[in-house]
Amino acid sequence: MDSPFGLLAELTYRCPLACPYCSNPLNLAGYQDELTTDEWRRVLVEAGELGVLQCHLSGGEPLLRRDLVELVADAHDLGLYTNLITSALGLSRPRAEQLRAAGLDHVQISIQSDDPTVSDRIAGTPSFQRKIEAMGVVKELGWPLTMNVVLHRLNIDRVADVLELAEEVGADRVELANTQYYGWAWRNRDALLPSRAQLEAAEVVVRAARERLRDRMDVIYVLPDYYSRYPKPCMGGWASRQLTVTPNGDVLPCPAAQSLPLPRASVREDSLERIWAESPVMTAFRGTDWMPEPCRSCPRRELDFGGCRCQAFLLTGDAARTDPVCHLSPDHDLVARAVEAANADSRADDLPLVPRPHRVRRPARHPGGADRPAPGGERAG
Amino acid sequence: MDPTPTGTPRTGTITRPCVGVSGSGRPRLARHVRLTFCRTRQRQILQLPETVVVLNGSGAAILELCDGRHTVAEIVAELGARYRTVPDDEVRQFLTRLVARRWVELSDG
Repeated sequence: MDSPFGLLAELTYRCPLACPYCSNPLNLAGYQDELTTDEWRRVLVEAGELGVLQCHLSGGEPLLRRDLVELVADAHDLGLYTNLITSALGLSRPRAEQLRAAGLDHVQISIQSDDPTVSDRIAGTPSFQRKIEAMGVVKELGWPLTMNVVLHRLNIDRVADVLELAEEVGADRVELANTQYYGWAWRNRDALLPSRAQLEAAEVVVRAARERLRDRMDVIYVLPDYYSRYPKPCMGGWASRQLTVTPNGDVLPCPAAQSLPLPRASVREDSLERIWAESPVMTAFRGTDWMPEPCRSCPRRELDFGGCRCQAFLLTGDAARTDPVCHLSPDHDLVARAVEAANADSRADDLPLVPRPHRVRRPARHPGGADRPAPGGERAG
Repeated sequence: MDPTPTGTPRTGTITRPCVGVSGSGRPRLARHVRLTFCRTRQRQILQLPETVVVLNGSGAAILELCDGRHTVAEIVAELGARYRTVPDDEVRQFLTRLVARRWVELSDG
């Protein structure tokens, strides 16, 4: 067993946006009892001791935590590389300056499209303009800027314009991530899954942009695994390189693993070190012993680790099966049928989308106390 | 959050053409890159957005000298003295790769 390199700290699932592809769990109300500042501090210390080198501060919208600056400072003092993954709503100039002073290393800001109207529609709230302004502040303060864009059927045709916008705002990296179907994205899969023609056109644009921009910008393209022959090497192997702590302190190998029927492990009940080493949620699929055929005898088993356990569970009801994305999987027809439907001439143009709820209200009782939302709204900054 | 957790498959690595680094250039780590010692692993580590690179001895030695003061030629000479088995070309190629990825910046003269 190796030490983990990265901690994904999901500070809150509260969010001002309502993106229908959100990877947060469907039962958002189950995560309202958020860790206090002191509990997060302990998590950061224990993560550092465990060998974690990178701390990704995410959510929900991490800026909704009033203690974000303190947590960044703590992580920085522990020698962790800190990365803020944000919608940028709440990233005012004073807040950004505080985060800079606290040692925040890198900022990733999402946009939903290059087109303000489309972006606001997908986000479920007017937000595009504020995101662009925040990107300007990030650049001015001298941070490296990553622009995150989740690609799906409703925006993938605009990928050339998205790349142009990334250039305009001076992004150092742009992450074009085809939607992965977990959480709300799983619920909305049939509406979000693009056609093969859309993907092929986008890939031509991305390849050309990489060539053109190679001295200025890193263009990262997360593959659409439903259209891949082999599954993704999810998380570099189960509980191998990364761990996630959810807003209420559950520890998981990845943010989607809350959907699996495994016993809970919580930082409120045990140390991170023991959870990483011994808890069933970490050991269940670590290594290759758990593998069924065709993975067990497959020469690629150490390359893709059998793909994604959460995807296997969502599609088949059994997390220990080969990821059905793999063309060798006995369940591959489950993926093939979804792909076929996305490409059928008879497909309806606008399938309904279920937005994730905008704001999950924080309960009145909160152990942190100081982190209470301001009267009249929960927008930070 | 956006469903782009670290560890998702990326096709971000592309081969860039090798533009050689000149001997008089003074390399320094880019602002978003940190060199640090990991006690758990007892190794020098390069920290970057979404990436961690565990360095070997000579890699760490080269990067420690990327301080904006030493020239490439000085680093090559220093490494040659410290590690008899590291050929000059390898030091230059290592730096060239890091400059191409924009992890190391080069100022002239």
